[in-house]
Amino acid sequence: MKFGVVVFPGSNCDADAYHAFKDALGQPTTYLWHKDHDLQGVDCVVLPGGFSYGDYLRSGAIARFSPLMQEVREFAGKGGLVLGICNGFQVLLELNLLPGAMLRNKRLKFLCQYVTIRVENDRTPFTRKGTKDQILRIPIAHFDGNWYAPPDTLKEVEDNGQVIFRYCDPEGRLTPESNVNGSLNSIAGLSNKNGNVMGMMPHPERAVESILGSEDGLVVLRSLLEKIS
Amino acid sequence: MKARILVSFKDSVLDPQGQAVRNALHTLGYAAVRDVRQGKVFDLELGDISRAEAERLLPEVAGKVLANVVIEKYAWQILED
Repeated sequence: MKFGVVVFPGSNCDADAYHAFKDALGQPTTYLWHKDHDLQGVDCVVLPGGFSYGDYLRSGAIARFSPLMQEVREFAGKGGLVLGICNGFQVLLELNLLPGAMLRNKRLKFLCQYVTIRVENDRTPFTRKGTKDQILRIPIAHFDGNWYAPPDTLKEVEDNGQVIFRYCDPEGRLTPESNVNGSLNSIAGLSNKNGNVMGMMPHPERAVESILGSEDGLVVLRSLLEKIS
Repeated sequence: MKARILVSFKDSVLDPQGQAVRNALHTLGYAAVRDVRQGKVFDLELGDISRAEAERLLPEVAGKVLANVVIEKYAWQILED
């Protein structure tokens, strides 16, 4: 399975993602330059973390207009797998490929720490290798991760099973303290209605080797392979 | 031509930055300040276009790029012809 990591000016987790998919997962992986109009035949597009275009206007607001996003939108429309991590999640929201928007973290602090998240839906291409209620320990690093949507959108997302991960405490309980950034319903990751596009604020690509402190991110990466096997 | 676009959170959206500013003002003794909503101001200098064209362009730029209409609202005005 071939993975493509999109590179925007200001991406800073592109090399981490490349390493995770190529070396930790052992799959052919390529970089995709945002100015191109070519997805190079990849089976899964990864939008990495970082600060595309400096995030000056709004996180992901300018990256959304990059030439390659036209191909990403068509690819997603045809059921292609798209994973947005952190800033990549923000770009997917700005592209309207995922519902809602990001507000600044509730305590107005940049958060760089490990969090625990709970698998809410294990029937998606991104979580097949996990089990419902499984707790994963994965790091976050963001300023704008406070997911928000109007009440009707939130209801739709919940009713459709689009919530993939929620922030939880180490025992899997949803508490105000474990919802570090203030996201509605503690949502840490969500998919589109079809389930082929997912965004998550925690960084699975930073948790793929025990030497890094956690291998829990492999649940997400290995799930993507499951689809074609 | 000069124009101004104001972008701020919708009333239904919590504005933690505005709240922090309000709390700071209260700490400084400005008890009369009941609430603060923080937003962004964009001052645009427009080239040689008519007023009618500007009136089409400004809401388009605001709604498509400068504001995320899921959480933000915008207002615009022409300051100088």
